[in-house]
Amino acid sequence: MNPFSTLTDLADGLRTRQFSSVELASFYLDRIERLDVEYNSFITVTRDRALTQAAAADTRLRGGNATPLTGLPIAHKDIFCTAGVRTSCGSKMLDGFIAPYDATAVTLLDAAGAVTLGKTNMDEFAMGSSCETSYYGPVRNPWDSARVPGGSSGGSAAALAAGLTPAATGTDTGGSIRQPAAFSGVCGLKPTYGCVSRYGMVAFASSLDQGGPMARTVTDIALLLDAMAGFDTRDSTSAQTGHDGKAAIAASTPARSLRIGLPKEYLSMLTDPALARVFEEARRVFESLGHTLVEVSLPHTAAAVATYYVVASAEASTNLSRFDGVRYGHRCEAPVDLTDLYERSRSEGFGREVKRRILTGTYALSVGYFDAYYLKAQRVRRLIRDDFIAAFGAVDALLTPTTPSTAFPIGQISDPVEMYQQDVFTVPASLAGVPALALPSGYHEGLPVGMQLVGPHFSESRLIALGADFQRATDWHRRTPPALG
Amino acid sequence: MQWETVIGLEVHVQLATRSKIFSGASTGFGAAPNTQASSLDIALPGTLPVLNEAAVRMAVTFGVAIGAHISTRCVFDRKNYFYPDLPKGYQISQFESPIVGAGHIDLRLDDGSTRTVRITRAHLEEDAGKSLHEDFAGMTGIDLNRAGMPLLEIVSEPDLRNAKEAAAYFRQMHTLVRYIGICDGNLNEGSMRCDANVSVRPAGTNELGVRTEIKNLNSFRFLERAIDHEVARQIEVIENGGRVQRETRLYDSDRDETRTMRSKELSDDYRYFPEPDLLPVVIDEAFISKVRASLPELPQQKRSRYINDLALSEYDASRLTDDPSVARFFEAVLSVSNEAKAAANWILGDWSATLNRYELLPDASAVTAEQLGALIARVRAGTITGKVAKSLFDSLWQAADPKRSVDDLIKEQGLEQVSDTGELAAVIRTIVDANPEQVAQFRTDKEKMLEFFVGQIMKATQGRANPQQVNSLLREALSSD
Repeated sequence: MNPFSTLTDLADGLRTRQFSSVELASFYLDRIERLDVEYNSFITVTRDRALTQAAAADTRLRGGNATPLTGLPIAHKDIFCTAGVRTSCGSKMLDGFIAPYDATAVTLLDAAGAVTLGKTNMDEFAMGSSCETSYYGPVRNPWDSARVPGGSSGGSAAALAAGLTPAATGTDTGGSIRQPAAFSGVCGLKPTYGCVSRYGMVAFASSLDQGGPMARTVTDIALLLDAMAGFDTRDSTSAQTGHDGKAAIAASTPARSLRIGLPKEYLSMLTDPALARVFEEARRVFESLGHTLVEVSLPHTAAAVATYYVVASAEASTNLSRFDGVRYGHRCEAPVDLTDLYERSRSEGFGREVKRRILTGTYALSVGYFDAYYLKAQRVRRLIRDDFIAAFGAVDALLTPTTPSTAFPIGQISDPVEMYQQDVFTVPASLAGVPALALPSGYHEGLPVGMQLVGPHFSESRLIALGADFQRATDWHRRTPPALG
Repeated sequence: MQWETVIGLEVHVQLATRSKIFSGASTGFGAAPNTQASSLDIALPGTLPVLNEAAVRMAVTFGVAIGAHISTRCVFDRKNYFYPDLPKGYQISQFESPIVGAGHIDLRLDDGSTRTVRITRAHLEEDAGKSLHEDFAGMTGIDLNRAGMPLLEIVSEPDLRNAKEAAAYFRQMHTLVRYIGICDGNLNEGSMRCDANVSVRPAGTNELGVRTEIKNLNSFRFLERAIDHEVARQIEVIENGGRVQRETRLYDSDRDETRTMRSKELSDDYRYFPEPDLLPVVIDEAFISKVRASLPELPQQKRSRYINDLALSEYDASRLTDDPSVARFFEAVLSVSNEAKAAANWILGDWSATLNRYELLPDASAVTAEQLGALIARVRAGTITGKVAKSLFDSLWQAADPKRSVDDLIKEQGLEQVSDTGELAAVIRTIVDANPEQVAQFRTDKEKMLEFFVGQIMKATQGRANPQQVNSLLREALSSD
């Protein structure tokens, strides 16, 4: 069995009885047990649950009523609530928290027959771009163990890159699916805001959070998206008419000739000449596939990172108020009074980055600062959204780099503002609520380089058609880390 | 110096929805602590609010009833503060754009005059849980059954001028919300509470004095007394050369005084911002029109109709319309008996007295409106006397059987009024003959003796004798003697 197989190949294997779902799950569970000591990509491994689900999938496969995902293993970011299994969100605060319900995304994937291997490591409360802020220790990049896998969905990205799972879920608030996908050489999709239900996802920034799939190929992303997306009455911000559900079909059909925009503001910020060369080669591939590439402008790009950190921190500061040590989660020892209970439970339960964002966000919402920060950020957010809408009047999609650098060494970036600059290419799409598909575009010094395709609201199938086209013409997505090959 | 009091009220109305405003948990009263708190109500991570459409409809109903502007697009905000009975660390409320805008009610005063009280706004919000400080030595218990209950907060302009007016306003609001069916009005269960903003100023001046806010008043009497005390306190502070502090006060009904709860000198910063988990609520004109069309008759309209169409006194009309359940019962009795004045007398008399005696609410009446209506109709038809009707009412109440027919009861117990001249004349003859002494006295003390003979006759007929006939036959018999 090849641990780096795509979902499509594994589904074939199951269908043709080369192996059973139980054998497949056991194979990955054994690999996790053997190899994850090195990468720390899982917080919780759910062997029993996986084997039970796999046995049920085998019955379903034999009964002939399987869906394309039946019996295929998946790992969930530890931000998705899973009934009866700890959901820590990478925080000491929720170290012992077990939700009595499944997130809608988990419910949908379970219903499609996917087999849950476990819960993946992440930056605490999804706040970070390196997976260094987890209470459970940093995640290591399978391409170079001294480097970060990106974040916050770095556990999912690393598990994919190390061949510990063929599929994973992630969440993306400002780049948390796409940036780790880029650093780890895998694919990830941040769907349109409202496409995948947020119910059961521990909230970071409600107006930005989106769950999405991570996998080895764009075709696999499509399979997962079709299963995860959909209107959910339990999430008031989920779209009634969102994803068309035809991503898998789009992935198997060559994209018609499209106009693809290259935002000049992004390219001028891509200062590393090696990465610029990789991007230029990817651009040529799209041209060779018959697409027209034109320069476009997204004039408010430079304000995106600041805008994002005001909006996201403001929302996070109140979303995290519920973690007060009163009803569940970490509670300090022997509180002397209520204030002491609050202060020590939260001081002990939250890590430094989470505290920083709570303080920043509280400040931005305070009387006297609200207009200058929160309101202004909301206005700029609208301008950024309008930039995208205007651009999509002229082009069908945008092609941009995903990150300004390749994976950096663990511990290298200690200045938070420098860390926030990691998100420069990913936060604009988050603020605009538009979908963005991240996929490998090449390699530099043995490390993966990524690019993203960004489209209008609910154009996931179009982005997937384009991405699948690219992957039919290239083989960057077939590379595996040398240490594991 | 003469002082003028200025009062504005914030009335919190718990909407009578079946489930909470943002979760599916029941709103039923009196359940064991924390048994009606869903995963959302206890703020587990990943849970999301979903707006209860019934709460929106009720808020719009209220807005339409007070002639207010209804926002076609309103937004929910988060009001952030930490408290153990506020599970999310924020309350979902409406700050910048409430669902109901400016409106008014016509306040009816004791002297019969009316005055318009302007209503600033009314907004939807969720209630917090309860902190239970008793029963847990050195600790506080938290009951989250109330967390997420739907509230409509109705804010008035500072248009009220004394405690009596404030109480009348609260009472009238209490009547209105029950009429339009958006609240059960049960003050003991906390279904309506109010906060009073109180200040004083020298009479004849326009500038508002520094106000204090008295929190959580849940009865008309407490509201009135709390304001009276607070006004006296403020005047004393000022007349002693002091300054009233901006603060929140609590009324202690046991000690009959208000005391400081927290100072507002350092104003609270609730860090309001739009709730990102909910979309703006868009209400179209068609929805508002539909609600307006289905609005029931309002108390004011009902009262006018009772006075003008049913020829009831203003006093009776007011008492009948104060409580929609009483008005409903009255109208049901009326539809059977067709006797407005008699129905009013019964309802404001024996019926109310009996309910009071057993401490029952109108809806728990043991005699049905059909039964009472039939009683009144039989009296009017002359089938039974008023006296018999009263004793029948009592036995109907004791039986508490809605299927019991008044006519069957009359027949079974032989209670038909005796109007037969022959039969009555015979009874009278017997009694007159048996009391020669009283007959003799009749010549000197007519009225007193007439009373004596009527009493004897009623006794002999078990109250069934037609009083008019008894009167004329008796006079006839006595004067011929």
